Amino acid sequence: MSSAAVQQDGSPALAVDGLVAGYGGVIALDGVSISAGTAAITAVLGANGAGKTTLLRAVSGMIKPRRGRVLLGGADLAGRSPEQIVRAGIAHVTEGQGVIPELTVEENLRVGMMSWPGPLSRAPGSRSRNPRAERAAALDEAYGRFRPLADRRRKLAATLSGGERQMLVIARALLSRPHVLLLDEPSLGLAPRIMAQVMDLVVRLSREQGLTIVLVEQNARSALAVADHGVVLNLGRVVASADAQTLAADVALRHHYLGF
Amino acid sequence: MTMQTLPRRLGVAVVMAVIVGFLSIKLNTFRDYQIAEVATEVTAVAGLTVLTGLSGQISLGNGAFMAIGGYTTALLLMHLNWPFFAALVASAAVAAAAGAIVGVAAARLRGPYLAGATLMLGVALPSVAYAWPGVFGGDQGLNVAFTTPAFLGATFPLTRWQAWVSTAVALVTLVLLANLCYSRTGRNWRAVRDDEVAAALDGVNVAVTRILAFVVSAVCAGLAGSLLAIVTSLVAPGAFTITLSISLLTAAVIGGLGSLPGALWGSLVIVLVPTYVTDVATSHGLSSSVGSNIPIAAYGVVLILVMLVFPQGIQGGLRRLLTAFTGPDPKTRTRHDASAAHVTPSADDASASQHEKEGTS
Amino acid sequence: MPVVEFLQFTLSGVVFGMIYAAIALSLVLIWRGTRLLNYAQGGMAMFTTYVAIEVIYHTGSYWAGFVVALAAGVVLGAVCQLTVIRPTMNKPPLNAVIVTIGLLILLEGLAGIFFGGQYRSFPAAFSITGLKVGSTPLGVSRFDVFVVAAVLVTTLALAAAFRYTSVGLRMRASAFNATIARLSGIRVARMLTIGWALAGLLGALAGVLVSPSTFLYPNSMDAIFVFGFTAAVIGGLDSPVGAVVGGLLLGIALSYVAGYLGSKGSELTSLVALGILVVVLMIRPDGLFSATKVRRV
Repeated sequence: MSSAAVQQDGSPALAVDGLVAGYGGVIALDGVSISAGTAAITAVLGANGAGKTTLLRAVSGMIKPRRGRVLLGGADLAGRSPEQIVRAGIAHVTEGQGVIPELTVEENLRVGMMSWPGPLSRAPGSRSRNPRAERAAALDEAYGRFRPLADRRRKLAATLSGGERQMLVIARALLSRPHVLLLDEPSLGLAPRIMAQVMDLVVRLSREQGLTIVLVEQNARSALAVADHGVVLNLGRVVASADAQTLAADVALRHHYLGF
Repeated sequence: MTMQTLPRRLGVAVVMAVIVGFLSIKLNTFRDYQIAEVATEVTAVAGLTVLTGLSGQISLGNGAFMAIGGYTTALLLMHLNWPFFAALVASAAVAAAAGAIVGVAAARLRGPYLAGATLMLGVALPSVAYAWPGVFGGDQGLNVAFTTPAFLGATFPLTRWQAWVSTAVALVTLVLLANLCYSRTGRNWRAVRDDEVAAALDGVNVAVTRILAFVVSAVCAGLAGSLLAIVTSLVAPGAFTITLSISLLTAAVIGGLGSLPGALWGSLVIVLVPTYVTDVATSHGLSSSVGSNIPIAAYGVVLILVMLVFPQGIQGGLRRLLTAFTGPDPKTRTRHDASAAHVTPSADDASASQHEKEGTS
Repeated sequence: MPVVEFLQFTLSGVVFGMIYAAIALSLVLIWRGTRLLNYAQGGMAMFTTYVAIEVIYHTGSYWAGFVVALAAGVVLGAVCQLTVIRPTMNKPPLNAVIVTIGLLILLEGLAGIFFGGQYRSFPAAFSITGLKVGSTPLGVSRFDVFVVAAVLVTTLALAAAFRYTSVGLRMRASAFNATIARLSGIRVARMLTIGWALAGLLGALAGVLVSPSTFLYPNSMDAIFVFGFTAAVIGGLDSPVGAVVGGLLLGIALSYVAGYLGSKGSELTSLVALGILVVVLMIRPDGLFSATKVRRV
């Protein structure tokens, strides 16, 4: 039922196959299969309780799937811990409070680099000549891209506005050098103007950086406006999967599942 | 098995009284003493398990209330020659007053802060006996004269009478507590434990509910202290150390927090295991230093293992075994089931349910 | 002279206060990382002090014993967390209380088995004769100064490590928000073990510093633990600064009570401690240095 959004070598960057996951006695994902094309934006849509956040959590390792596979570049990551999955290249920006308010902006960013291979790492080509310089360079790059963060680098994250916090969260996630970025409602609680800026950023990340993005959004309209491909969930199942324009044009589907 | 009505509870109490009575006649003096010990412990632990399990307030200092009950009884018996049961009631009243004071002071305290305050209470109160030795007998304490009543005849063993009296008090306490737990008060306790804000919005007076729980647990502990006085014939600060308070909590948690049958299982463990292990050690003829410490180390191991193997306590473990054999009984999973209300998700789901609190969908 | 007396009581209060602060700090460390209260902290300190005395006895060197005690504290803390504490992490919180109590009892039993139950004297690192300014006795000795300095240096070193090192940042992130920390690649489980190891170090330090005064026996650290716990509660369990302030407050107050009220005073120290605790908690139910939380309604 899912039409994969493929890229040049024909394989999606991230694929979820028959995923079943839940909390306690409740099954929130009931056999979900989704593909996210490389360097594309895949929107995951649906009403509250449809399973969107659960899907992201199962992919990033926050919860353990009961069945199914999570495939990144051919490797099945299902059941691994979040620490391992972020090292494999999947970064998850969670819904709601994503910054650690008790740490400074710079410390929050440094946390993002904690998944880099350490000095004793055995992964081929991962040991850098000068890790400290690399980190400093990465921080500079982040400050360059996100000016407001540079201005507040020594301030506690608690003092940032909503939009700035979202910027910080995304900057931190990017510092883990992911191949795939999972975004859970990045515009939640933000003013429309800021929301537009965030969406803008998301698009640029995918176009300029080649980042594969999976975007969960309540606001289906704005999500479909930026996405390449869309998947609609309802009660833990995939009910529609098509490219974004097709979904946006399907008025009956929109009314039924997406509220517009 | 939830005993939902008074006649059923009284019936169970009577059956247990008969069993204990029979055992006290058949078994020897030392066993009678152990029966009295267990009954005393159950009385105190039952009150604590209600306080901590049902109303969610941890107390590491209920030994202080036991001391209050014990010393009140000792003083009344010694100076005013009151009959024991009158002294028992008076001790309960004094302990209730103390419980109210502590409850008021602790009304705003939660979690480890409450634990710290009650711990210090448990440590500090016995030192009153040292500070005013004239009244309280200091280190030596006060002797308690307690004899069998005349109508039992001259040959009736004192230990058996002590076992009967303490068992009677324990059973009465358990029946009254069971009634309380299934009443509106019990529901209020659980509501306040689970979600204070929701309970307040529902019209529950949170502070009064919490204070009442302290009073009830203090009364139970006071009664137990009174029993301790007549069973050991002595009240001294050494009997009411912080170790006592901690062992009460240990018994409550091991038996199954919030459960009255759990109070019994926990008391049995606390009273019988150390004695048993000491017996095993001495029967192997171990040298005094090593031999006297092996039971201590073993006791520690038992506590750790029971908690790791039976996270819901013994009562929870028994319930799991029962449902494993008979299948889940819808009648048993009532709203009033204290332990079920306290069931935590399994290890895999725990982090998930925590995350669930953080977000929807 | 009353001023001299006051000074003496104050200084000796500071010395004991620093011991309580060390225990309080170890409790705060574990609390912030794992939201658990380690009731076995005093027992762990007692055990490592026994290890120290055996090393001192067999090698004749105090400092060898001192260093081994601290190392043993680190190891014991880590081992306890890995074996006994980790399984309680997702269970009801009172389970961990009973488990740490069981651990305390186990350690006291083991100490009796391996080292014997009789009181043992423990040497002081430096002279314990009272220091004088001119001809006025200060009420504290060179060793007492060492006690204060040792705790202070260790505390500052730990604070610096938390603030400026990568491991410190990882531990703070794990304590503030374990979910975000894990999603960022921090091995939170490892950070918890390190927290327990550092707490073990602090406890071991407190043990060797206080044992010359209290003698060493399986229950010798029980009272110190109670006062350290009280100090942590007074200061606020989330606050390392609170632990130090709470410790000093308690140490000094109790010193005045014991000093000015004579023999009755020493009986009353725990009652006074209870009084201080109640007063503080009535004003600030979460301790002096707790961040006020917004109540969501």
